[in-house]
Amino acid sequence: MRYYAYYPGCSMEATGLPVEKSIKAIAKPLDLEFIELEDWTCCGSSPFAGVDKAKAIGITARTLAQAEKTGLDLVTPCSSCYTILQEANDLLKEDHKLAERVREALSAIGLSYNGTVKVRHIAEVLFNDVSPAGLAAKVVRPLTGLKVACYTGCQQVRPSYGFDDSEYPDWLDQMAKSLGAKPVNFPLKARCCGSSLVISESDVALDLIHRLLENAQENGAQCMVSTTCPLCFTALDVYQATVNSKFKKKFDLPVLAITQMIAIALGLDIKASALDGNVVSPQKLLKPYLSAKPQAAGVETSA
Amino acid sequence: MGDNAQTTFLDEVAALPACGKISECIQCGVCSGSCTTATHWEYPPRKVIAMVRSGLKDELLKSNSIWFCVSCYLCTARCPRDIKPASIVHGLESIALKEGYKPPTKTTTMYKTFSESIVNNGRIYEFGFMFKYYLQTNPLAALKMLPTALNLLAHKRMPLTPKKVKGKADLRIIINKLSAGGGK
Ligand code: SF4
Ligand code: SF4
Repeated sequence: MRYYAYYPGCSMEATGLPVEKSIKAIAKPLDLEFIELEDWTCCGSSPFAGVDKAKAIGITARTLAQAEKTGLDLVTPCSSCYTILQEANDLLKEDHKLAERVREALSAIGLSYNGTVKVRHIAEVLFNDVSPAGLAAKVVRPLTGLKVACYTGCQQVRPSYGFDDSEYPDWLDQMAKSLGAKPVNFPLKARCCGSSLVISESDVALDLIHRLLENAQENGAQCMVSTTCPLCFTALDVYQATVNSKFKKKFDLPVLAITQMIAIALGLDIKASALDGNVVSPQKLLKPYLSAKPQAAGVETSA
Repeated sequence: MGDNAQTTFLDEVAALPACGKISECIQCGVCSGSCTTATHWEYPPRKVIAMVRSGLKDELLKSNSIWFCVSCYLCTARCPRDIKPASIVHGLESIALKEGYKPPTKTTTMYKTFSESIVNNGRIYEFGFMFKYYLQTNPLAALKMLPTALNLLAHKRMPLTPKKVKGKADLRIIINKLSAGGGK
């Protein structure tokens, strides 16, 4: 069993719930244990940094300090939280004046941070600690032949922290392959879904979501596999209907978080994949797979 | 605002976290060429940086530029001089908000409601945040959002009560300590 300090991020308590449920469900079968930080608080995301960066780093530092006490790597499934936590972690090492002010602020709440935490995206944990081969060995319900467009989005690979290529990442394609699926070419896989502006400048965001859906569809995808980011997942799944009405399109492209897909392929109870939380229903597309009898683990995936 | 800004605006920006390298920008334009939303910006990222360095504070902060940044970090990943244009853009947003500029965008209101939600709840409470945002900007636009909200409710992705987070008291202390002169 591998242990991690876990920071779900605010969206996982609402719009990202299907992803969160699937993460919780696959952890144990994959020998992972995510220990949620107690009484964690918001990372601030981009908007708070746009209001006051020093304060934003201050509130992020609370999370880093909490994680440091556990002595474990800090794992988050949200790409926005990931970028924010990484940047704060870096800046607290580089910017000594800022670090000193933050140190004082933290001491006022009885915490301290010494810069020892390793911040990791859950994607990277799945890819490096579980690995595509490790995953393939546990597959009992391969998604053979399912044509998928693998969407990593932006903040998981940019600004680059060395996890995967920042322009054309491949980890998600490899993971999907290990489950038996067939990734299609998807040039926009690491382009932005615009979710940070979906409320205040919705035309701009919907235009970006539209491009992603179109690009996935024209390359022959039957569904999209998204990284675990609740913002990416929601943009593609929930706002697909809004894109359809705005652009007079008929997209009906199910969006599965990779963790939902893993839950299916591991043969877990149907509740584990939390598919009933998806607005664009994947039930019809997945029916042949879901009704197939599970086979012996590790046979017949293309990893 | 903005007069005698020739050096002060640049200094003000360069002093913000992660903005210190702005003077090393070679104006190559890679950031503008990469920017996901540049077509919407009155002045795209490269020009934003040039305007900071030329002290054109009012012109820049009254414009819609910077507010269309979706934090995709293409600029930051590709910049040959490690300038971190995205950080500069968000830094400029904070200056504009603090100094009361009124750029033509609703993103300013979104940022404020978002941040209030953090301070009030300790975490973003998505339903409350969106509700407040629409009340403050355009309640009619909320009607357009209704199908989305109903979809989220129907799929149990929009809890109607916030979680109780004790740590919000900690956040207030941290924020107070990091206010200019705060905690001194
Ligand atoms: S890419 Fe970097 S160096 Fe080039 S113009 Fe933009 S900020 Fe300046
Ligand atoms: S991070 Fe912002 S400024 Fe940079 S390329 Fe993306 S949208 Fe443009």
